[in-house]
Amino acid sequence: MLKFLEKNLPKVVLAPAVGLISWFVYGFILWTFYISFTNSKILPKYELWGVGQYVKLWASRKWLIAVDNLLIFTALFLIICIVLGIILAIFLDQKIRAEGVLRTIYLYPMALSFIVTGTAWKWILNPSLGIQKMFIDWGFENFTFDWLVNREMAIYTIVIAGVWQSAGFVMALFLAGLRSVEDEIVKAAKIDGAGLFTVYWKILIPMMRPVFFTSFVILVHISIKSYDLVVALTQGGPGISTTMPALYMTQTAFHKSQVGLSAASAMMMFMAVAAVIIPYLYSELRRENAS
Amino acid sequence: MQANIRASSYKQLEQKSKLTNMFLRWFLYFVLILFASYFIFPLYVMVVTSLKTMPEIRQGNLITWPSQLNFKPWAVAWGGRGYGAGDTFLRPYFWNSIKMVVPAVFFSTFIGAMTGYVLTKWRFKGDQWVFLFLLFGCFIPFQAILLPMARTLGVLGISNSILGLVVVHSVYGIPFTTLFFRNYYVSIPTELVKAARIDGAGFFKIFFKILLPISAPIIVVTVIWQFTQIWNDFLFGSTFSFGEAAPIQVALNNMVLSSTSVKEYNVDMASAIIAGIPTLIVYVLAGKYFIRGLTSGAVKG
Amino acid sequence: MKTLKIEDLSKNFGTTEVLKKINLEIDEGNFLVLLGPSGCGKSTLLNIIAGLETINEGNVYIDDYNVSKVEPKDRNIAMVFQSYALYPSMNVKENITFGLKQAKTSKEKIEEQLKKVSSFLKVDELLNRKPSQLSGGQRQRVAIGRALVREPRIFLFDEPLSNLDAKLRVEMRREIKKLHQTLKTTVVYVTHDQTEAMSLGTKIAIMNHGVIQQNDTPEIIYNKPSNTFVADFIGSPSMNLIKGNIIKKSDQLSFAGEGASNGFQIPINNYNFEKKIELDSKEVYFGIRPEHIHYKKSNEEDFEIKLKADLSEYIGHEQIITLNYYNQEVLAKFPSTTKIEINKEIKLYFDLSQISLFDKNSKERI
Repeated sequence: MLKFLEKNLPKVVLAPAVGLISWFVYGFILWTFYISFTNSKILPKYELWGVGQYVKLWASRKWLIAVDNLLIFTALFLIICIVLGIILAIFLDQKIRAEGVLRTIYLYPMALSFIVTGTAWKWILNPSLGIQKMFIDWGFENFTFDWLVNREMAIYTIVIAGVWQSAGFVMALFLAGLRSVEDEIVKAAKIDGAGLFTVYWKILIPMMRPVFFTSFVILVHISIKSYDLVVALTQGGPGISTTMPALYMTQTAFHKSQVGLSAASAMMMFMAVAAVIIPYLYSELRRENAS
Repeated sequence: MQANIRASSYKQLEQKSKLTNMFLRWFLYFVLILFASYFIFPLYVMVVTSLKTMPEIRQGNLITWPSQLNFKPWAVAWGGRGYGAGDTFLRPYFWNSIKMVVPAVFFSTFIGAMTGYVLTKWRFKGDQWVFLFLLFGCFIPFQAILLPMARTLGVLGISNSILGLVVVHSVYGIPFTTLFFRNYYVSIPTELVKAARIDGAGFFKIFFKILLPISAPIIVVTVIWQFTQIWNDFLFGSTFSFGEAAPIQVALNNMVLSSTSVKEYNVDMASAIIAGIPTLIVYVLAGKYFIRGLTSGAVKG
Repeated sequence: MKTLKIEDLSKNFGTTEVLKKINLEIDEGNFLVLLGPSGCGKSTLLNIIAGLETINEGNVYIDDYNVSKVEPKDRNIAMVFQSYALYPSMNVKENITFGLKQAKTSKEKIEEQLKKVSSFLKVDELLNRKPSQLSGGQRQRVAIGRALVREPRIFLFDEPLSNLDAKLRVEMRREIKKLHQTLKTTVVYVTHDQTEAMSLGTKIAIMNHGVIQQNDTPEIIYNKPSNTFVADFIGSPSMNLIKGNIIKKSDQLSFAGEGASNGFQIPINNYNFEKKIELDSKEVYFGIRPEHIHYKKSNEEDFEIKLKADLSEYIGHEQIITLNYYNQEVLAKFPSTTKIEINKEIKLYFDLSQISLFDKNSKERI
């Protein structure tokens, strides 16, 4: 026994991690996958039922609104975070005096939980006492900002809060990327007569392709998982106008006692994430092996 | 060869660039400060609101300064109003979070370190696949495991308990901690391990006597990352616990959402700050490591 | 009119003085090498000529125009970098023509220049490739092409061969020399490799600690180094510097190494002293290059001396012998065919027409 241990010690040490992940990640996902094909309600049933839950899912108005919201949120979240992140990174790259302080300020929201973020922004966007009142007090008497309770606009409040939380992260990635470029390239561009704007636009930003890629993957990932922020900011409301897939999944499982349906929605989320992550991991590993 | 340089054009060049440079500089700072205010604004509002009385809040607006520093909302947020049942306040849940975070950070970091060590210094065929296998756990949407986990915790008798949350966070922290340690150990030359083996050191000795002492940076990064993730978690906390065993973010959310007769925004803000302070302090003190964790986890994927 | 003139140039980084009152002039068509160890200031000087660094004091003139405050793009210079600094997201054609496009040159002129340069450097097959798809030597040629296409007054090279392996380095060195001979461009070239400097330069400016130690042709630098730093830096192995003093007996001048008895004094009557100074008992360094110590008498003035050989290193085409002159190491270079017995005294001949004397304290040539 001891000899076996000695010889295979590395693998033995690996066992806890591999074992736990196999069970709690892969095993559990398979279970959820299986359940999504059953007619489980409060408790899981194990007889297969076919794709009924998926049919039900995609026929559900609430789910469709959730998916729609996810697409809107993801698109805006992605674009604004990346544009803002790049601009801040480029500006900070200009040998600014208070760079450290500014960087700290742009990034600190990432240290906060989504609940704290949601709570803060919920207060700021409070229809009667928040931003609206602030502008009215400043003299803009007819100013309204009731997006939080407006069915059409509420989803955009989540974008505002989400961008506030995550843009700094994108900025950090791009700043690191810009700084990793050897300065001989910038010197060569200066000698070639490129102005500052041209240097960034034609030379440095095209070199940032991997960072774009990484940011994209991570932001999409964050977006698909959006739960905490929505719960804290709008609870999916007003009504169900800001519901998201993650919210739908939890509500159907624990409030509507529709375990099978919930499992189906969870699997949809899983597949959406896999569709983005798997190509990314594949290309990253290929890159690492090539170098 | 081309014609010589024209002297007249330089003088103009010199002056023009000085002026445009100054203008651009001012514009730069202006934009940066504008965005800084966007980021600082919520923090400012939270602090200021938490120090006002409700009448003050109704009279003034988001940015008006409190007439005096009123810490009562903080006391209420932390310790409650003192009228017994139905009075929710953060103190017990703050400690719940501590009791949950400390063991979970320890276990996930420890397992991650050992796993990273094996994967980089004791290579075997297919170890890259094992790494990928584990890495995948970083990316899954946790909705895909909520249901089976809830059942498992119930079966094990630890649902709705801090222990249950410790288990959950330890397990799902492993992919991240492994990623950090693996990437760090990959860049440490294997010659170090080979020399130690020639000297007769065994598996554990090499880890504890050679690798661990030089792992301080990555341990800090990992601990900070795990601490932040687990302290800030809401999904697991709200799904697997409720009532007394809840961690602080769940308690915060409940407090804010509870519709008692009068909405006390100052207490809400004080509660939010209390819930956010630990991770904020860690960030301010060890921001460099925090960022390193973010970027290394992301960029090296 | 000098193509490049540097006048009393000083540069500090914080409190560190990197360049101290540099004065330099180059005529058109010259190939000036800035040579020196790391930290001597040569790269800083090059960057200042290019306009990539600011000046604290002094002026830079190109074709007699004061360009001290002019932008790099308007100085009519081009630069080739150590890492080539090709734009990774652009192909070879775009890399070469980028500068011309920035200067708003006409499309026809750009095409014309591109054709000329790419065929001259033999990169016309590579125009559509990206830098990552090129070999080291190809990248270097594209980098040179990018510089050439702008037809600058001065070419600046910042250690362009340092990143290449030894064999490629020798090849590319000869290509650069051929280029210079064909185009007769004015070049300022930075390197720390003295072989490169000697083979490429028409003039070499050796720098140390921000000061130019000597600025001369390679021959003069090699044969008449102006101080011990230059003597030691140039040549492989470097010049022997033997400590001792000058002895004046009636009209005879000779050099005696520290502790050397009468029989081992070296006559230096025919030495060309640069300055008129008191010579008797003067403490000096006696400089002689390993290749000027012979095994057989080569001419009448050679001084015969017997020294013990301590070590022999075989290098292939030659061997380096370590000799003992009163416990000071002296190296000699002999053809590898010569049979040398170690630990025995051998008869040697110093070629006295090739010696240098340096003041022991100031380290300057006397």
